Amino acid sequence: MKTVRAAFIKSLPVMGGYLILGTGFGILAWNNGYGLPWTFAMSLLVYAGSMQFVGVGLLSGGASVLTVILTTIMVNARHLFYSISMFGHYKDAGRYKPYLIFGLTDETYSLLCDGKTPEGMDPHRFRFLVSLFNQSYWVLGSVLGSLAGSVLPFSAAGIEFSMTALFIASFTEQWIETKDHLPALTGLLGTLLCLLVFGPEGFLIPAMCLITLLLTLFRSTISARRKVSE
Amino acid sequence: MSVSHSAVLVAVMSLVTILLRALPFLVFRKKTPDYIAYLGKVLPPAIIGMLVIYCLKDTKISSAPFGVPELISALLVVLLQAWKRNVLVSILAGTVCYMALIHFVF
Repeated sequence: MKTVRAAFIKSLPVMGGYLILGTGFGILAWNNGYGLPWTFAMSLLVYAGSMQFVGVGLLSGGASVLTVILTTIMVNARHLFYSISMFGHYKDAGRYKPYLIFGLTDETYSLLCDGKTPEGMDPHRFRFLVSLFNQSYWVLGSVLGSLAGSVLPFSAAGIEFSMTALFIASFTEQWIETKDHLPALTGLLGTLLCLLVFGPEGFLIPAMCLITLLLTLFRSTISARRKVSE
Repeated sequence: MSVSHSAVLVAVMSLVTILLRALPFLVFRKKTPDYIAYLGKVLPPAIIGMLVIYCLKDTKISSAPFGVPELISALLVVLLQAWKRNVLVSILAGTVCYMALIHFVF
Protein backbone atom coordinates (compact mmCIF):
# COMPACT_ATOMS: atom_id res chain seq x y z
CA MET A 1 0.00 0.00 0.00
CA LYS A 2 2.90 2.32 0.83
CA THR A 3 4.32 1.82 -2.64
CA VAL A 4 0.91 2.47 -4.27
CA ARG A 5 0.61 5.71 -2.31
CA ALA A 6 4.13 6.87 -3.15
CA ALA A 7 3.61 6.02 -6.84
CA PHE A 8 0.28 7.88 -6.89
CA ILE A 9 1.88 10.99 -5.41
CA LYS A 10 4.76 10.73 -7.89
CA SER A 11 2.28 10.51 -10.78
CA LEU A 12 0.24 13.58 -9.72
CA PRO A 13 2.11 16.10 -11.92
CA VAL A 14 1.12 14.03 -14.95
CA MET A 15 -2.50 13.55 -13.91
CA GLY A 16 -3.77 16.99 -14.88
CA GLY A 17 -1.81 17.00 -18.10
CA TYR A 18 -2.97 13.59 -19.25
CA LEU A 19 -6.59 14.22 -18.31
CA ILE A 20 -6.66 17.49 -20.26
CA LEU A 21 -4.56 16.38 -23.25
CA GLY A 22 -6.45 13.10 -23.34
CA THR A 23 -9.70 15.07 -23.39
CA GLY A 24 -8.32 17.14 -26.26
CA PHE A 25 -7.49 13.95 -28.14
CA GLY A 26 -10.96 12.51 -27.47
CA ILE A 27 -12.65 15.66 -28.82
CA LEU A 28 -10.37 15.78 -31.87
CA ALA A 29 -11.02 12.11 -32.68
CA TRP A 30 -14.78 12.57 -32.24
CA ASN A 31 -14.68 15.62 -34.55
CA ASN A 32 -13.02 13.43 -37.20
CA GLY A 33 -15.68 10.72 -36.95
CA TYR A 34 -13.88 8.37 -34.53
CA GLY A 35 -16.00 7.80 -31.44
CA LEU A 36 -15.54 6.14 -28.07
CA PRO A 37 -14.40 2.61 -29.09
CA TRP A 38 -11.64 4.08 -31.30
CA THR A 39 -10.49 6.58 -28.73
CA PHE A 40 -10.41 3.92 -26.04
CA ALA A 41 -8.54 1.41 -28.24
CA MET A 42 -5.93 3.96 -29.31
CA SER A 43 -5.23 5.22 -25.80
CA LEU A 44 -5.00 1.64 -24.55
CA LEU A 45 -2.91 0.11 -27.36
CA VAL A 46 -0.95 2.94 -29.01
CA TYR A 47 -0.51 5.10 -25.90
CA ALA A 48 1.66 7.78 -27.46
CA GLY A 49 0.21 11.27 -27.14
CA SER A 50 1.52 13.10 -30.18
CA MET A 51 1.25 10.01 -32.40
CA GLN A 52 -2.42 9.66 -31.49
CA PHE A 53 -3.10 13.28 -32.48
CA VAL A 54 -1.23 12.73 -35.76
CA GLY A 55 -2.87 9.31 -36.10
CA VAL A 56 -6.41 10.71 -36.14
CA GLY A 57 -5.48 12.61 -39.30
CA LEU A 58 -4.01 9.47 -40.87
CA LEU A 59 -7.10 7.39 -40.04
CA SER A 60 -9.64 9.88 -41.36
CA GLY A 61 -7.56 10.42 -44.50
CA GLY A 62 -7.37 6.67 -45.14
CA ALA A 63 -3.57 6.60 -45.17
CA SER A 64 -1.71 3.52 -46.43
CA VAL A 65 -0.10 1.04 -44.03
CA LEU A 66 3.36 2.10 -45.23
CA THR A 67 2.65 5.78 -44.54
CA VAL A 68 1.47 4.90 -41.04
CA ILE A 69 4.59 2.77 -40.36
CA LEU A 70 6.96 5.54 -41.47
CA THR A 71 5.08 8.31 -39.67
CA THR A 72 4.96 6.32 -36.44
CA ILE A 73 8.70 5.68 -36.65
CA MET A 74 9.38 9.38 -37.22
CA VAL A 75 7.05 10.78 -34.59
CA ASN A 76 7.95 8.16 -31.98
CA ALA A 77 11.66 7.64 -32.69
CA ARG A 78 12.49 9.65 -29.59
CA HIS A 79 11.02 6.82 -27.48
CA LEU A 80 13.95 4.71 -28.60
CA PHE A 81 16.17 7.12 -26.71
CA TYR A 82 13.98 7.07 -23.63
CA SER A 83 14.42 3.29 -23.62
CA ILE A 84 18.17 3.63 -24.06
CA SER A 85 18.28 6.11 -21.21
CA MET A 86 16.21 3.83 -18.93
CA PHE A 87 18.01 0.67 -20.05
CA GLY A 88 20.01 0.29 -16.86
CA HIS A 89 16.95 0.79 -14.63
CA TYR A 90 14.58 -1.47 -16.57
CA LYS A 91 16.72 -4.37 -17.72
CA ASP A 92 16.34 -6.40 -14.51
CA ALA A 93 12.72 -5.48 -13.78
CA GLY A 94 11.46 -9.06 -14.21
CA ARG A 95 7.71 -9.43 -14.64
CA TYR A 96 7.22 -5.64 -14.63
CA LYS A 97 9.60 -5.19 -17.56
CA PRO A 98 7.18 -5.63 -20.52
CA TYR A 99 4.70 -3.05 -19.22
CA LEU A 100 7.46 -0.65 -18.11
CA ILE A 101 8.80 -0.69 -21.67
CA PHE A 102 5.32 -0.41 -23.22
CA GLY A 103 4.38 2.52 -20.99
CA LEU A 104 7.51 4.62 -21.50
CA THR A 105 5.87 7.82 -22.82
CA ASP A 106 7.35 11.33 -22.71
CA GLU A 107 5.62 12.09 -19.43
CA THR A 108 6.42 8.78 -17.73
CA TYR A 109 10.02 9.19 -18.83
CA SER A 110 10.14 12.72 -17.42
CA LEU A 111 8.96 11.42 -14.02
CA LEU A 112 11.31 8.43 -13.87
CA CYS A 113 14.41 9.55 -15.78
CA ASP A 114 16.32 10.73 -12.71
CA GLY A 115 16.38 7.09 -11.60
CA LYS A 116 15.38 7.94 -8.04
CA THR A 117 12.86 5.77 -6.21
CA PRO A 118 11.76 5.96 -2.56
CA GLU A 119 13.96 4.07 -0.10
CA GLY A 120 12.79 0.73 1.22
CA MET A 121 10.50 0.00 -1.73
CA ASP A 122 10.84 -2.31 -4.72
CA PRO A 123 11.99 0.18 -7.40
CA HIS A 124 10.53 -1.91 -10.23
CA ARG A 125 7.09 -2.13 -8.62
CA PHE A 126 7.19 1.61 -7.88
CA ARG A 127 8.03 2.46 -11.51
CA PHE A 128 5.39 -0.01 -12.74
CA LEU A 129 2.71 1.66 -10.64
CA VAL A 130 3.71 5.17 -11.73
CA SER A 131 3.49 4.00 -15.36
CA LEU A 132 0.11 2.36 -14.75
CA PHE A 133 -1.35 5.43 -13.00
CA ASN A 134 -0.20 7.58 -15.91
CA GLN A 135 -1.88 5.42 -18.54
CA SER A 136 -5.10 5.28 -16.55
CA TYR A 137 -5.25 9.12 -16.58
CA TRP A 138 -4.62 9.12 -20.32
CA VAL A 139 -7.33 6.54 -21.05
CA LEU A 140 -9.80 8.26 -18.70
CA GLY A 141 -9.11 11.67 -20.26
CA SER A 142 -9.63 10.45 -23.81
CA VAL A 143 -12.88 8.67 -22.89
CA LEU A 144 -14.15 11.88 -21.24
CA GLY A 145 -13.11 13.87 -24.32
CA SER A 146 -14.94 11.51 -26.63
CA LEU A 147 -18.09 11.84 -24.53
CA ALA A 148 -17.66 15.63 -24.35
CA GLY A 149 -17.23 15.83 -28.13
CA SER A 150 -20.82 14.78 -28.67
CA VAL A 151 -22.30 17.38 -26.32
CA LEU A 152 -20.07 20.44 -26.92
CA PRO A 153 -22.26 23.51 -27.59
CA PHE A 154 -19.61 25.13 -29.83
CA SER A 155 -17.26 24.11 -32.63
CA ALA A 156 -14.02 22.59 -31.40
CA ALA A 157 -12.02 23.86 -34.38
CA GLY A 158 -8.58 24.89 -33.19
CA ILE A 159 -8.38 22.16 -30.53
CA GLU A 160 -5.39 20.81 -32.49
CA PHE A 161 -3.35 23.73 -31.16
CA SER A 162 -3.20 21.89 -27.81
CA MET A 163 -0.51 19.66 -29.36
CA THR A 164 1.46 22.68 -30.59
CA ALA A 165 1.15 24.33 -27.19
CA LEU A 166 2.35 21.15 -25.48
CA PHE A 167 5.60 21.09 -27.45
CA ILE A 168 6.18 24.87 -27.21
CA ALA A 169 5.72 24.71 -23.43
CA SER A 170 8.05 21.67 -23.13
CA PHE A 171 10.60 23.44 -25.31
CA THR A 172 10.47 26.61 -23.18
CA GLU A 173 10.71 24.59 -19.96
CA GLN A 174 13.77 22.60 -20.99
CA TRP A 175 15.33 25.84 -22.31
CA ILE A 176 14.98 27.45 -18.86
CA GLU A 177 16.22 24.31 -17.10
CA THR A 178 19.41 23.69 -19.12
CA LYS A 179 22.45 25.88 -19.69
CA ASP A 180 23.52 24.30 -22.96
CA HIS A 181 21.00 25.24 -25.65
CA LEU A 182 22.90 23.78 -28.60
CA PRO A 183 20.87 20.51 -28.84
CA ALA A 184 17.53 22.38 -28.66
CA LEU A 185 18.64 24.95 -31.25
CA THR A 186 19.94 22.20 -33.53
CA GLY A 187 16.52 20.54 -33.48
CA LEU A 188 14.56 23.76 -34.00
CA LEU A 189 16.70 25.38 -36.71
CA GLY A 190 17.70 22.14 -38.46
CA THR A 191 14.03 21.22 -38.86
CA LEU A 192 13.10 24.74 -40.00
CA LEU A 193 15.81 24.54 -42.66
CA CYS A 194 14.53 21.14 -43.86
CA LEU A 195 10.94 22.47 -43.94
CA LEU A 196 12.05 25.36 -46.17
CA VAL A 197 14.09 23.07 -48.43
CA PHE A 198 11.86 19.98 -48.65
CA GLY A 199 8.37 21.42 -47.98
CA PRO A 200 5.74 20.31 -45.43
CA GLU A 201 5.18 16.82 -46.90
CA GLY A 202 8.68 15.38 -46.93
CA PHE A 203 10.84 17.24 -44.42
CA LEU A 204 10.66 14.96 -41.37
CA ILE A 205 13.08 12.25 -42.52
CA PRO A 206 15.72 14.74 -43.75
CA ALA A 207 15.27 16.72 -40.51
CA MET A 208 15.92 13.67 -38.32
CA CYS A 209 19.00 12.77 -40.36
CA LEU A 210 20.34 16.34 -40.22
CA ILE A 211 19.74 16.61 -36.44
CA THR A 212 21.50 13.31 -35.76
CA LEU A 213 24.40 14.28 -38.02
CA LEU A 214 24.85 17.75 -36.46
CA LEU A 215 24.65 16.43 -32.89
CA THR A 216 27.28 13.82 -33.81
CA LEU A 217 29.55 16.57 -35.14
CA PHE A 218 28.96 18.71 -32.01
CA ARG A 219 29.64 15.79 -29.66
CA SER A 220 33.04 16.91 -28.29
CA THR A 221 31.81 20.51 -27.80
CA ILE A 222 28.61 19.49 -26.01
CA SER A 223 30.33 16.84 -23.86
CA ALA A 224 33.02 19.33 -22.81
CA ARG A 225 30.43 21.97 -21.87
CA ARG A 226 28.42 19.46 -19.84
CA LYS A 227 31.52 18.39 -17.89
CA VAL A 228 32.27 22.01 -17.03
CA SER A 229 28.73 22.77 -15.88
CA GLU A 230 28.58 19.62 -13.78
CA MET B 1 -12.89 5.28 -44.11
CA SER B 2 -13.67 1.56 -43.77
CA VAL B 3 -13.70 0.23 -40.24
CA SER B 4 -11.35 -2.65 -41.03
CA HIS B 5 -8.71 -0.41 -42.64
CA SER B 6 -8.81 1.97 -39.67
CA ALA B 7 -8.48 -1.00 -37.30
CA VAL B 8 -5.42 -2.23 -39.21
CA LEU B 9 -3.86 1.26 -38.99
CA VAL B 10 -4.42 1.45 -35.22
CA ALA B 11 -2.78 -1.99 -34.86
CA VAL B 12 0.17 -0.84 -36.98
CA MET B 13 0.65 2.32 -34.88
CA SER B 14 0.53 0.21 -31.73
CA LEU B 15 3.04 -2.40 -32.97
CA VAL B 16 5.55 0.12 -34.35
CA THR B 17 5.40 2.16 -31.13
CA ILE B 18 5.96 -0.96 -28.99
CA LEU B 19 8.82 -2.05 -31.25
CA LEU B 20 10.54 1.35 -30.94
CA ARG B 21 10.28 1.30 -27.15
CA ALA B 22 11.51 -2.31 -26.94
CA LEU B 23 14.29 -2.18 -29.53
CA PRO B 24 17.15 -1.10 -27.22
CA PHE B 25 16.27 -3.95 -24.86
CA LEU B 26 16.40 -6.45 -27.73
CA VAL B 27 19.62 -5.09 -29.26
CA PHE B 28 21.92 -3.95 -26.43
CA ARG B 29 22.23 -6.96 -24.19
CA LYS B 30 25.13 -5.64 -22.15
CA LYS B 31 26.29 -2.03 -21.88
CA THR B 32 24.92 0.86 -23.93
CA PRO B 33 27.61 2.20 -26.29
CA ASP B 34 28.88 5.69 -25.29
CA TYR B 35 27.75 7.26 -28.54
CA ILE B 36 24.20 5.92 -28.14
CA ALA B 37 24.13 7.12 -24.52
CA TYR B 38 25.23 10.57 -25.71
CA LEU B 39 22.42 10.63 -28.30
CA GLY B 40 19.98 9.61 -25.59
CA LYS B 41 20.92 12.77 -23.68
CA VAL B 42 20.97 15.34 -26.49
CA LEU B 43 18.28 14.05 -28.86
CA PRO B 44 15.19 14.64 -26.66
CA PRO B 45 15.55 18.47 -26.53
CA ALA B 46 16.36 18.50 -30.25
CA ILE B 47 13.30 16.39 -31.08
CA ILE B 48 11.04 18.66 -29.01
CA GLY B 49 12.34 21.52 -31.19
CA MET B 50 11.61 19.42 -34.26
CA LEU B 51 8.05 18.72 -33.11
CA VAL B 52 7.39 22.43 -32.53
CA ILE B 53 8.21 23.04 -36.21
CA TYR B 54 6.25 19.92 -37.21
CA CYS B 55 3.10 21.22 -35.48
CA LEU B 56 3.40 24.58 -37.22
CA LYS B 57 4.30 23.16 -40.64
CA ASP B 58 0.93 23.87 -42.27
CA THR B 59 0.71 27.47 -41.06
CA LYS B 60 0.08 29.71 -44.07
CA ILE B 61 2.26 32.78 -43.70
CA SER B 62 1.87 34.09 -47.27
CA SER B 63 -1.93 34.50 -47.14
CA ALA B 64 -4.47 35.80 -44.58
CA PRO B 65 -4.34 35.53 -41.58
CA PHE B 66 -0.56 35.20 -42.14
CA GLY B 67 0.00 32.89 -39.18
CA VAL B 68 -0.93 35.66 -36.75
CA PRO B 69 -3.21 33.46 -34.55
CA GLU B 70 -0.40 30.88 -34.27
CA LEU B 71 2.19 33.57 -33.50
CA ILE B 72 0.10 35.26 -30.80
CA SER B 73 -0.87 31.95 -29.16
CA ALA B 74 2.71 30.61 -29.31
CA LEU B 75 4.06 33.79 -27.69
CA LEU B 76 1.44 33.49 -24.97
CA VAL B 77 2.56 29.89 -24.28
CA VAL B 78 6.25 30.88 -24.08
CA LEU B 79 5.60 33.87 -21.79
CA LEU B 80 3.23 31.95 -19.50
CA GLN B 81 5.66 29.04 -19.28
CA ALA B 82 8.56 31.36 -18.42
CA TRP B 83 6.43 33.11 -15.81
CA LYS B 84 4.37 30.33 -14.16
CA ARG B 85 6.50 27.26 -15.07
CA ASN B 86 3.31 25.19 -15.34
CA VAL B 87 3.00 23.26 -18.62
CA LEU B 88 -0.71 22.66 -18.13
CA VAL B 89 -1.61 26.32 -17.59
CA SER B 90 0.41 27.23 -20.69
CA ILE B 91 -1.29 24.59 -22.87
CA LEU B 92 -4.80 25.50 -21.71
CA ALA B 93 -4.32 29.24 -22.13
CA GLY B 94 -2.61 28.85 -25.51
CA THR B 95 -5.32 26.53 -26.87
CA VAL B 96 -8.21 28.68 -25.63
CA CYS B 97 -6.48 31.77 -27.04
CA TYR B 98 -6.00 30.09 -30.44
CA MET B 99 -9.58 28.79 -30.60
CA ALA B 100 -10.96 32.23 -29.66
CA LEU B 101 -8.78 33.95 -32.26
CA ILE B 102 -9.83 31.72 -35.17
CA HIS B 103 -13.50 31.78 -34.12
CA PHE B 104 -14.00 35.44 -33.37
CA VAL B 105 -11.12 37.51 -34.79
CA PHE B 106 -9.67 36.02 -37.98
